[in-house]
Amino acid sequence: MPKITYIEHNGTEHVVDVAIGQTVMQGAVDNNVPGIDADCGGECACATCHVFVDPAWEAKTGTANEQEASMLSFAATKQDNSRLSCQIEVTAALDGLVVRMPEAQH
Amino acid sequence: MADASSRVVVVGAGHGGSNAVAFLRQYGWPGEILLVGDEPILPYHRPPLSKAWLKGEATAESLALRPADFYPKQRVTLRLGTRVEAIDRAAKALRLADGESLAYDHLILATGARARRIPLPGADAPHVLTLRNAADADALKAAIGPGKRVVVIGAGWIGLEVAASARALGAEACVLEAQDRVLARVASPGLSAFVDAAHRAHGVDLRLKVGVEAIEAGAVRLADGSRVPADLVLLGVGAAAEDSLARTCGLAEPTGGIRVDHNACTADPAIHAIGDCTIRPLPGGATGRLESVPSATEQAKAAAAHLCGKPAPAPEVPWFWSDQYELRIQVAGLAQGAARAVTRLRTTDKLSVFHLDAMGRVQAVEAVSSAPDFMAGKRLIGLGKPVDAAALADPAQPLAALAVG
Ligand SMILES: Cc1cc2nc3c(=O)[nH]c(=O)nc-3n(C[C@H](O)[C@H](O)[C@H](O)COP(=O)(O)OP(=O)(O)OC[C@H]3O[C@@H](n4cnc5c(N)ncnc54)[C@H](O)[C@@H]3O)c2cc1C
Ligand code: FES
Repeated sequence: MPKITYIEHNGTEHVVDVAIGQTVMQGAVDNNVPGIDADCGGECACATCHVFVDPAWEAKTGTANEQEASMLSFAATKQDNSRLSCQIEVTAALDGLVVRMPEAQH
Repeated sequence: MADASSRVVVVGAGHGGSNAVAFLRQYGWPGEILLVGDEPILPYHRPPLSKAWLKGEATAESLALRPADFYPKQRVTLRLGTRVEAIDRAAKALRLADGESLAYDHLILATGARARRIPLPGADAPHVLTLRNAADADALKAAIGPGKRVVVIGAGWIGLEVAASARALGAEACVLEAQDRVLARVASPGLSAFVDAAHRAHGVDLRLKVGVEAIEAGAVRLADGSRVPADLVLLGVGAAAEDSLARTCGLAEPTGGIRVDHNACTADPAIHAIGDCTIRPLPGGATGRLESVPSATEQAKAAAAHLCGKPAPAPEVPWFWSDQYELRIQVAGLAQGAARAVTRLRTTDKLSVFHLDAMGRVQAVEAVSSAPDFMAGKRLIGLGKPVDAAALADPAQPLAALAVG
């Protein structure tokens, strides 16, 4: 299974195995990684699964889809590498992915 | 202070309960955690029950909030299919349905809500359903199909979502509402009108200001004596706090609900309560109930932080979403008592209305398929600064200029 590293805002790292076909959000929720509340369960309705994709990985994760980009447009801590992790599906190519969590999701 | 021998028992394994046990471990609760729920299945996402699940677009696996192995991995003892019958506060013990006694040091009540029933003649007939849990949704799903005549009593969120899903499944849908508009309790007139038009455009027979006299076999009889044919009837007349357990120990309000503070603590310092069963502080100083996943999550966090001796998390702007047809409806803040409504966007498939208080600050936003306006509105509510209403009303003026500050 691909390994994904989630880095909390305070620097704490969590390395977890996430099955192919799951989303990066599910990987965090299923392993109780703090900082991803995912209120809407992946419906792209809440923006509480916001992450920053490590620049080295941006080409592989692709870019935000339209609904996602519009949800992110006013996220309090938006950066160029912002994504909603429920919209990133885990593939073999994402083995090693590193994402960071913003200070707050709300 | 808590130590490895302190036991938290969470009653109710829904959104609030499952999130509470997760946050307790995230925040370092050192002791035992038990999650006790009366439903037979893993804690699951409730919103899809009237949406994707009803339409057959979700699986049992995708419905689960967390996988089965989450609980043991997090050292949480999950007891499903177990109803708690009574709380003995003096002894700090619960009595379970099978007579077992379960001791606690701290208790979190997350018992949710139950669908209201109305004392209508015929309302107990087998073709009259309500929708609150997965078992209800399965019964509803089995009854709805192409050509079936579904009558929904009550044009609230759940009733309207079921009507939309019924149409998607090829059923006929009729919605009967006593008020003069849909979503009368929960939306502004502007949003009500928009949603009304969407349902009519999708062929829903929507009838406002109608009284229902009785439910008969095969029909619903209205106050004017006419009958609406019905193969099944959904009562969508709201939900009441599920406070019967709290009532056994004097923690429920006479009019329903469990009163809690901003830490989700009840009048008993050993008992917290979260989610739909609570009467909670609201923005602006009032108290009331908020039936939404974000509110249950926020309170789960507050209760867990309080128990773990962490600072209370910052209060969040209440919000909610609903999916009907291709429309994504998102509401943040509370529009009640607003001084004025500013419509920014209104097309056939998009809407955004901002509600300003007397000082010109955004107190609520209602958006249909316009996520940027929803997100900007939510942020403006959080910022709490007056905005330029004229600029807000003009879609050519960028929201960014208003939202950043
Ligand atoms: C059909 C439907 C659609 C919805 N759509 C949305 C939406 O789109 N967006 C949104 O934000 N919210 C939505 N909601 C509301 C949302 O689901 C609730 O606000 C949320 O589930 C509240 O969480 P909770 O933990 O308080 O209660 P629940 O999730 O209801 O969990 C309570 C649990 O406690 C159990 N329980 C009760 N008493 C006992 C007892 N004595 N012993 C043991 N167990 C007990 C119940 O059986 C239940 O499993 C919807 C609700 C429904 C029913
Ligand atoms: S989980 Fe809600 S937007 Fe990703």
